[in-house]
Amino acid sequence: MDFEYSEEQQLLADSVQRFIQKDYDFEARKKIVASETGSSENAWRTFAEMGLLGLPIPQDHGGFGGGALDLMAVMEAFGEGLVVEPYLATVGLGAQFIARAGSKAQRKTILPAVAEGRMKLAFAHTESKARYNLAQVETTVTPNEGGWLLSGEKRVVLGAPLADKLVVSAATSKRGFSLFLVDRGAPGVEVKAYRTFDEMRAGDVALENVQVDKKALVGKKNAGLALVDEVVDFATALVCAEAVGVIKSANESTLEYLKTRKQFGVTIGTFQALQHRMVDMFITGEQARSMACLAASKADVAADADDRRRAISAAKIKIADACRHVSQESIQLHGGMGMTEEMKVSHAFRRLTMIAQQFGDADHHLERFAALA
Amino acid sequence: MDLSYSPEELAFRDEVRGWLKDNLPEDLRRKVAEYEELSRDDLLRWHRILAKKGWVAPSWPKEWGGNGWNVVQRYLFEEECGYAGTPPLIPFGLSMCAPVLLKFGSEEQKKRFLPRIYNGDDFWCQGYSEPGSGSDLASLKTKAVRQGDHYLVNGQKTWTTLAHYADWIFCLVRTDSESAKRQEGISFLLFDMKTPGITVRPLVLLDGGHEVNEVFFDDVKVPVENLVYEEGKGWTVAKYLLGHERMNTGRIGGSKRELAKLKEFAAAQSKNGRPLIEDARFRDRLSRVEVELMALEITNLRFLDQMRRSGNPPGADVSMLKIKGTEIQQSLSELMLQAVGPLAQPFRPVDAPVAARDDFDPFVASLAPRYGNMRKTTIYAGSNEIQRNIISKMTLGL
Ligand SMILES: Cc1cc2nc3c(=O)[nH]c(=O)nc-3n(C[C@H](O)[C@H](O)[C@H](O)COP(=O)(O)OP(=O)(O)OC[C@H]3O[C@@H](n4cnc5c(N)ncnc54)[C@H](O)[C@@H]3O)c2cc1C
Repeated sequence: MDFEYSEEQQLLADSVQRFIQKDYDFEARKKIVASETGSSENAWRTFAEMGLLGLPIPQDHGGFGGGALDLMAVMEAFGEGLVVEPYLATVGLGAQFIARAGSKAQRKTILPAVAEGRMKLAFAHTESKARYNLAQVETTVTPNEGGWLLSGEKRVVLGAPLADKLVVSAATSKRGFSLFLVDRGAPGVEVKAYRTFDEMRAGDVALENVQVDKKALVGKKNAGLALVDEVVDFATALVCAEAVGVIKSANESTLEYLKTRKQFGVTIGTFQALQHRMVDMFITGEQARSMACLAASKADVAADADDRRRAISAAKIKIADACRHVSQESIQLHGGMGMTEEMKVSHAFRRLTMIAQQFGDADHHLERFAALA
Repeated sequence: MDLSYSPEELAFRDEVRGWLKDNLPEDLRRKVAEYEELSRDDLLRWHRILAKKGWVAPSWPKEWGGNGWNVVQRYLFEEECGYAGTPPLIPFGLSMCAPVLLKFGSEEQKKRFLPRIYNGDDFWCQGYSEPGSGSDLASLKTKAVRQGDHYLVNGQKTWTTLAHYADWIFCLVRTDSESAKRQEGISFLLFDMKTPGITVRPLVLLDGGHEVNEVFFDDVKVPVENLVYEEGKGWTVAKYLLGHERMNTGRIGGSKRELAKLKEFAAAQSKNGRPLIEDARFRDRLSRVEVELMALEITNLRFLDQMRRSGNPPGADVSMLKIKGTEIQQSLSELMLQAVGPLAQPFRPVDAPVAARDDFDPFVASLAPRYGNMRKTTIYAGSNEIQRNIISKMTLGL
């Protein structure tokens, strides 16, 4: 047993934290969020230089061959800084599909480009009626001499407006779906961009007879679900780690406020009613961290897929509850100040609110967990 | 024991319900239902419709426009408005400043302000909280120094709801910083918002909306005739207001409407090809809130019955209604957010107003901000922690 980060992991975590403190503080982040693209190319370049973009990419394709455990510290630091760049979409989702199942040619063109910061990706999967059910895909595929024509509508594709390429799921048979690599700029692809409640960029993606060739298939035909299940579990583990960082930031801010805000001639932290609330938030943070560790380790080395699924769902249940608990209480204990856009804690609230429902809310994962028990 | 309304009360409820159905303008109903921001005009339009009908200020004495309804009727009316989804009647003039003037104001002040409040000619806001004085209101610092026929006011208020719409603000100010008890140096002053030296700065909340403000006073001259009651007696005035009958604190009607909407919405969402409302886990969560709401409604009726018998204002019971009522409002908004699932994330289109995008569902996009906004309900109007302190002290003697 060893819950410590390795020396390399710790060094990396420290350097990410330093970057956030120096170049990505709350003020800097505000500017990025308000900018035209809602994402900083400078930050992205720095991520590339620091090796963050190549971290989970195989070594023979310009990466470092890391896993979820290696990304944990990065995600936690990103959570603390409320980083809005499409790291999860590109590194946690898009590149994972290519690294795990991509053809030789796909791996060769895409993975080094991602690692070097030259290419961003997004995963276009969720459809209007799918909710959290990963198996539900209605986007159609029509074979033709050039390959296939894809048509359908994908919803809330994280990072889509910023992506160069999309990994798109489409139903290739009654029994299953397949994944295709599609240029975001390809004819027939329309990205309707928006800001998300947690201040990132996403979009709905309309596909209308989008032509892809035979080389666009990612992984085996009709075998999309197992791959998506695996990669989404991986990304869920990352989001759990991110949540730990956001929770840490919200808890620290609240604790600081309890120690400094004075009412009735004393700091409000002297009220026992609030002390116990803060203690519960702290406990929630620790429990969340434990489950994030479990999620990351099982995402990397689970004995079998069910073992992994159970652990990831267990973690996401605790993390979803923790997100709600800490986000709500941190606002409450800040009083009116917590409600304002001026305080970082209200932005942590927004991200935590969304993490609670990202890749499945607590009810979804309860159902999945119970079915595997 | 009989938990049902009398036939007269039911007839009254039906009358109100029928009238609201016929007289609530469709555009206002829709705006409220879709959580859209209400403009000053929207709020005043509804105010004036009720004023014309004689229903805008039921609890006032008849000579000023009150209509003699008893507490049950007043409660029924407010809950029916909530259930129908009318715009809120902004309380600052009607149920805060006016009761104060009725109890403590001079004849002249009553004549000057009450008819204009009644008719919706003046929009009022409440200037109590300051950056350093929220829960501990008595520590307020905004200073008013008497100079001949006016007070010279300097200081700052904050969280002032709709100050950007307001014509007038009522404030608690410190007229004596020497007095031994800090409550004794406080006075209740009325300011015309157009007075030179008043600056209103918007505070944007976590949902991106603008409803509260900071209000700065820089050498603002307030005529002495705008002092309500006596100098140094502002705390007495404020305390009277806090104890004033507010039996709609639980917002039961509004929550019933939200619950109905949630059911409808959850029926339209699909989960594994079935309506979400049929999902046992979701259904249980929803039913729990429904049961909470039933319990609150009956608790509220019990208090109402006691109040009718004793003729006394509700006292610390109101704190219980505030705590449970706001928790229910928050749970409902949280379930709405949960119901929409992964589609909760879109917030605002890039480069275009929501209205210009036919692919963007403004109602769905309002659910997350609305959930965030509802967090305010356990903070404002005396935070729920302060409400618990009140019950602990006043009711339980701890
Ligand atoms: C949306 C909104 C609208 C508002 N509108 C108005 C308005 O129109 N006019 C106006 O005057 N004010 C308004 N307020 C202000 C509101 O009344 C205050 O926010 C409230 O009184 C709490 O004060 P505070 O924000 O300074 O928090 P604080 O008093 O600093 O409290 C911080 C935290 O400490 C807790 N706490 C404080 N004291 C104790 C205690 N003794 N025991 C246990 N816990 C305690 C609080 O409950 C809270 O959780 C509004 C606030 C909001 C959020």
